Amino acid sequence: MVRIAAETPWYELFSRGARDWLRHNQKVRSAVRESLPDLLSGDDVISKPTNRTVMVPVKLLEHARFRLLDPSAQQGAGQGKGEPGDVLRPARDDGPGSQAGGTANGELRFVVEMKIDEIVDWLWEDLKLPDLQPRRAETMDQPDYEREGWDKRGARSRLDRRRTIKEAIKRRSVQEDAVAISNDDLRFRQLVKRPTPSTRAAVIFALDVSGSMDEGQRRLAKQFFFFALQGLRRQYAKVETAFIAHAAEAWEFEEAQFFQASSSGGTVSSCAFELAGELMRTRFDAGRYNQYLFYASDGENAAEDRSQAGVTLRRLCETVNYAGYVETGGVATFRPRDTQLAEMFREVQAQGLPVGMCSLAGQEDVWRAIREFFSCGTREERERAGAIR
Amino acid sequence: MSALAQYAEGLERQARQRGLDYYPVDFEIAPQSLMTEIAVYGLPVRMPHWSFGVRYIHQLVRQSMGNSKIFEVMFPGDPCRAFLMDSNSLAENALVTAHVLGHADFAKNNSLFARFHEMSGGNIVEQAAAHAHRIQRAINEVGVERVESVLDAALALESHVDVAGELHRSRYPEFVAEKQKPRRSAFHKRFDSLPGEVEVPDAPTGQLRTAIPPHPEYDLLWFIAHYAPDLELWERDIFLMVRAESLYFYPVFACQIMNEGWASYWHARLLREADFLPQPTYLEALKAHSDVVRPFAAGEQTALAVNPYHLGFTIWERIVEKHGLERAKEVRRDEDDFGFIRNWLDRELAEEAGLLVYEEAVDGEIKVASRDVAAVREAILAPKFNYGAPRVAVIGMSADGSLELAHDHAADGRGLDAGRARQVLGYVRRMWRRAVRLQTVDERGDKIELAA
Repeated sequence: MVRIAAETPWYELFSRGARDWLRHNQKVRSAVRESLPDLLSGDDVISKPTNRTVMVPVKLLEHARFRLLDPSAQQGAGQGKGEPGDVLRPARDDGPGSQAGGTANGELRFVVEMKIDEIVDWLWEDLKLPDLQPRRAETMDQPDYEREGWDKRGARSRLDRRRTIKEAIKRRSVQEDAVAISNDDLRFRQLVKRPTPSTRAAVIFALDVSGSMDEGQRRLAKQFFFFALQGLRRQYAKVETAFIAHAAEAWEFEEAQFFQASSSGGTVSSCAFELAGELMRTRFDAGRYNQYLFYASDGENAAEDRSQAGVTLRRLCETVNYAGYVETGGVATFRPRDTQLAEMFREVQAQGLPVGMCSLAGQEDVWRAIREFFSCGTREERERAGAIR
Repeated sequence: MSALAQYAEGLERQARQRGLDYYPVDFEIAPQSLMTEIAVYGLPVRMPHWSFGVRYIHQLVRQSMGNSKIFEVMFPGDPCRAFLMDSNSLAENALVTAHVLGHADFAKNNSLFARFHEMSGGNIVEQAAAHAHRIQRAINEVGVERVESVLDAALALESHVDVAGELHRSRYPEFVAEKQKPRRSAFHKRFDSLPGEVEVPDAPTGQLRTAIPPHPEYDLLWFIAHYAPDLELWERDIFLMVRAESLYFYPVFACQIMNEGWASYWHARLLREADFLPQPTYLEALKAHSDVVRPFAAGEQTALAVNPYHLGFTIWERIVEKHGLERAKEVRRDEDDFGFIRNWLDRELAEEAGLLVYEEAVDGEIKVASRDVAAVREAILAPKFNYGAPRVAVIGMSADGSLELAHDHAADGRGLDAGRARQVLGYVRRMWRRAVRLQTVDERGDKIELAA
């Protein structure tokens, strides 16, 4: 009655456990994706932009069941020596902070490695530069290659295998004793040069690094710039960037140094606007580029710079496609009124110039700010939406 | 003929002589990977769900730490299906074969097992594989997300079945018989006979529709499968598959101590009496036996869990020694773990086995709380009540079709973990397609209503 079957080797072939584990990981990834903005606030993303992946620590998903509340004291049955009252295991001597380990109760944690590119792709899925307009002047004479048609001759790398096989099949169906493939069957993809209107953009990031910006505020601003920049890079092949940091004076920086820049001293924002304006004129001509300015500051500006800054800002805003102002302020900073810079930007906005404003109180606002600036579409779209409303 | 097949034949001959009675057993030698999956899924081929993936990783971690070796798994049925790990030595396999014969005898003769066997037929391994196949077809048709959300709900309610009920249970009768009129009291009779009092004939009530549910319904899987307003057929199919598998698992769950103890008793006895086993093989098997049937890991003094093999083995040895094999077979037929522990675990045995109740405080300190045998019994049985799940029942459907659930917190002693309960309600809501509410109590014992 007892039958012993031979080993069945197919059991090794397919792991149901691994299949369901992969599905679990897929679910984790999509959960991570939904809460990305919160996860991304970690500094390591920015401090090592060359490191193209981030490790996101996650807990295993739990499939919930109805469960009773944890009792104040957990009872169970065991086996061994000891009289009532004997201590079987001493209490954990938790120092403060030792809970962070979190592995005491055998909970498994794991990290999901995510490519920054992938993350930025997700984040930027439906975002674009506001008011982007084709600048035709120069770009028309920078043609792109486009695919067009097939030919019997061409470079090997452009061989279209599917077409070639189709040709071969057609030929073989009418020939007797046909060879499998002949030279006549080969088909190569052809390219033609065709001018395409391109949408070039230049983005200037300006940051207030004066003494009044504390470390946290600077970090917020840099995070905003970082994600804006990463996104723009992915979205637009030809985006030119320039980085300006200023206190009482303004300097242009390389990207790498810009994210490290810090300074002390007073704030004279007009100098940053002037430098930005100059760059726009000399390097990024409005006829060839869509011009964008993003400026981050805590909003404090030297009182004597008020009128000068107002004038330079307006001049700048008249030429750019869009100017975004990001104001950083800790949650503790309660301001009954607008800061000086916010007031200035508001005035410019009131004149109908393309200006957006956003404030960053904490890391969770960074993503909201990016959404606000980059999801607004073109000015016409905005106006249309406004009219409907 | 392999040595193992020879031993198996000998062991079986002995088992028959000792009066063991079982359906045929199909043995299969399986690789580690399959054994791991059986431990995770409960069955060799079962429906896909991401939660099994989580258990799978936990199991792999446990195995890599080396404290979870699986020798065999047996699925009761006709025939029984037993899987032996391919890394077992010959001696271990001889032991395991004898062990499986014990299980097989238990599964055929225990009345709880027999009842479920009768309801579901004896081929759960094939059935579960067919279920998995049907679910795979559903995935191909409607996509993995939709199937997954059905499984999320069904598997979360896996233990919420009526284990006293039938596998194939029909819907509530649509109508109830007319209500019995309350008997008139003597006072009313006298009142009616007063002068001037006219007798008002009662309006005929006719047939009454049954309230749904007519009584608190604890079989949540069954209820949702049959009464969810917009459940699609394939969704109901999945609910009923999960329920069928859950019912199949119940006897194994409810008789674990008895069953493992019985199998351990018989592998020890059959091997002891197996004169055909070479001495070294017998010694090696004996060592494997003492590794399985011991209260705590080597070098330890206490364990914060009761080893069902050890406890069951100890109790069965005592029963056979004191009352004879015939009585033991009656116990094997009649009891489940509740009766077995309450009726047969006496003070003497509890002391001998060193059983204790411990208490773990919030700060992690663990103390021996009691050695009283009544307390020990309850501590052993506590995780087994109601299939290990809180008692949650359907108490009604509102006019808008929303589902009303209630947790029997008085019976369970405390309320539900609200966070998890809300998640489960979320799963259920997607199946019910309308609001779902659940009454329970919070930490302070105040009534709360959770909703999704």
